[in-house]
Amino acid sequence: MSAGEFVIEDLRAGIPGREILKGLSLTVRSGEVHAVMGPNGSGKSTLAHVLMGRPGYEVLGGTVTLDGVDLLALPTWQRARAGLFLAMQHPIEVPGVSLVESLTAARPVGGADDGVGERLHAEAARIGFDERFLDRPLNVDLSGGERKRNETLQLGVLRPKFAVLDEIDSGLDVDALADVGRRVQEATGEWGLGVLAITHFRRLLDVLHADVVHVLADGRVVATGGSELAETVDRTGYAAYT
Amino acid sequence: MRTPTGNPVSPGVWTRGWSTGPRSARGPTLPTFTPENAAGLPGSPWLVRRRNAAAESFASSPLPTEKDEVWRYSRIDRLDLDRFQPAGSARAGTDVVALPSARIHALVDALGPRSGLVVTVDGVLATLASTAGDDLLSVGRATDHDEGEALLGTVLVDPHDFPLLNDAFSVDPVVIDVRPGASVVDPVVVVHVVSGSAGTAVFPRTVVRAGSGSTVGVVELVVDAASGLLADGHTAWSPGSEPPPERLVVPVTELEVHDDASLAYVSIQSLGPATWQLAHQASTIGAHATLSSYAVALGGGYARLRTDSALVGDSGASRLRAAFIGRDDQMLDFRTLQDHSAPRTTSDLLFMGAVAETSHSVYSGLIRVRRGAVKSDAVQTNHNLVLDEGAHADSVPNLDIEENDVKCSHGSTVGPVDEDQRYYLESRGIEPERAEQLIVAGFFESIADQVPLAGARDLVGRSLAERSGVSRG
Repeated sequence: MSAGEFVIEDLRAGIPGREILKGLSLTVRSGEVHAVMGPNGSGKSTLAHVLMGRPGYEVLGGTVTLDGVDLLALPTWQRARAGLFLAMQHPIEVPGVSLVESLTAARPVGGADDGVGERLHAEAARIGFDERFLDRPLNVDLSGGERKRNETLQLGVLRPKFAVLDEIDSGLDVDALADVGRRVQEATGEWGLGVLAITHFRRLLDVLHADVVHVLADGRVVATGGSELAETVDRTGYAAYT
Repeated sequence: MRTPTGNPVSPGVWTRGWSTGPRSARGPTLPTFTPENAAGLPGSPWLVRRRNAAAESFASSPLPTEKDEVWRYSRIDRLDLDRFQPAGSARAGTDVVALPSARIHALVDALGPRSGLVVTVDGVLATLASTAGDDLLSVGRATDHDEGEALLGTVLVDPHDFPLLNDAFSVDPVVIDVRPGASVVDPVVVVHVVSGSAGTAVFPRTVVRAGSGSTVGVVELVVDAASGLLADGHTAWSPGSEPPPERLVVPVTELEVHDDASLAYVSIQSLGPATWQLAHQASTIGAHATLSSYAVALGGGYARLRTDSALVGDSGASRLRAAFIGRDDQMLDFRTLQDHSAPRTTSDLLFMGAVAETSHSVYSGLIRVRRGAVKSDAVQTNHNLVLDEGAHADSVPNLDIEENDVKCSHGSTVGPVDEDQRYYLESRGIEPERAEQLIVAGFFESIADQVPLAGARDLVGRSLAERSGVSRG
């Protein structure tokens, strides 16, 4: 396996007693943006959870590698350290724990990641995240849109190799969507971030240019194409794929 | 109206458990807590009479047992009163030498500016100072107060079991009397030092009267000078030192918040690991008055705190908070009563803590809304973090609502560190152990932030962080 690849191969996974992903394969290279679109129930969120190792999901078969590292063999925190980031659809409130505290803890002590504080302020400015939220406990009393900016902010500070964006467009107004989409797009050029953007709607792709679009239905990729595929789906709906 | 959840308990059950019923049984025969010993304590004639009546009453009452509803889950059956004798009964004041005064002064200074200071050592008044003028407040012995006799027992009417024992054996009841309309900027600090040898029983008693329209803060500490549980730069029992002495401490505090007054009250308990505490804090809140109370429980072997807050005036409000951390095999036991008897009253209770190692916590609380307390709003919440497999928390919230037009809600959680929170932090690359530390520290930080007095807030925050083992310093 070569460097700069996030490879999902024949992934089968679900919750106990129910297989939801039924042999999903796709490959994202550094600097690329792939969109995964699909109707409700197609397995989009399960994919995000399984990739990051959320408790409650189980892998039944297949492999996921990041630059050749077998992610499925690693606990969640080591997947993150290997370079994977998940922007969650529903970021979780952690009372009493601030953004700067968590981001400082997110990297090994003595690593080449000094200046978290500075990066935090710079990233906040880039995506219009209000400075007064920086000292707040994580996601506590933040609106849906602020939480998504917050996820994007963390992505910018942590600089992962690959990011899975789980419906990052949900709960965002037009301005916030533009800020978030632009920041992610710029990251693909700045450090070669590879993106797997899971979304129900095409509107995210208006602000985040997708090199490849996959349509997910019943736990499998049923169609792959360029950005024109997203337009087709937008026009005709998912009915043709299910 | 929010829908009450949980299991409403019939008023009768609680009434029996929560008040003094007729006592048919003859009480225990105790060798030390006798009317004779109570009579040997110093004080003015009215105080001696009062003690005697209480001692007689206690002697003719049965001791509580774990069969009683309000003592369920407790360790009260293991308390052997014969092993203790009341402090102050046979002393010549020589024990005061044992007062580690530098230590206590450092602790008091850690609380920041103050308007007055009271220090008792094993129940005997040792220090008394007030920097606020007489026109604002008086601080002193109940026996030196014109209305001392009337003030004692104004809030805690009809005491039984341990408050009654406090009535019988409290050596120097203290009164903090804030004049109507007075605005006292810095809090009054009361420190009850427990320092006697094993078997010492201490009965601190504090009465706070916040006169109409006054604003005041009080910080009350019940400390074992050697326990080292407060983050004031001193260390706890060192390995190899003598085993901690078994003592009995029965603090009773009465908070009388008159109409339009505002009282902030912070109590901190840092007793030694073999000490029994049976504490009672009772408040009455008048019309448009506010009580903001905050209890911190750190030490003790079995440490119980009963908190009764009676909202007796229109639109009175109480905000009740507690933070606790159990370690070793200690048991921290909280019983609360939010008693609404006037219209438009609000009470907001949040007790949060953690149990580690093989410790045990109990929370049992009742919201009572009496007939006539229309448009009252009561909230009762108890969150318990269970940090180790051997630790245990019981949580029993209850409602007793006699009025229709009210809002009440209660809820509790008992469990380990939240899996979703841990997952969120781990998804950012944080090791599981570190994630748990952050979450536990955050849990305590979020409640330490609510300490109503700034000076105490810092000390409480640091002490909770140290005790929880997740100090960030």
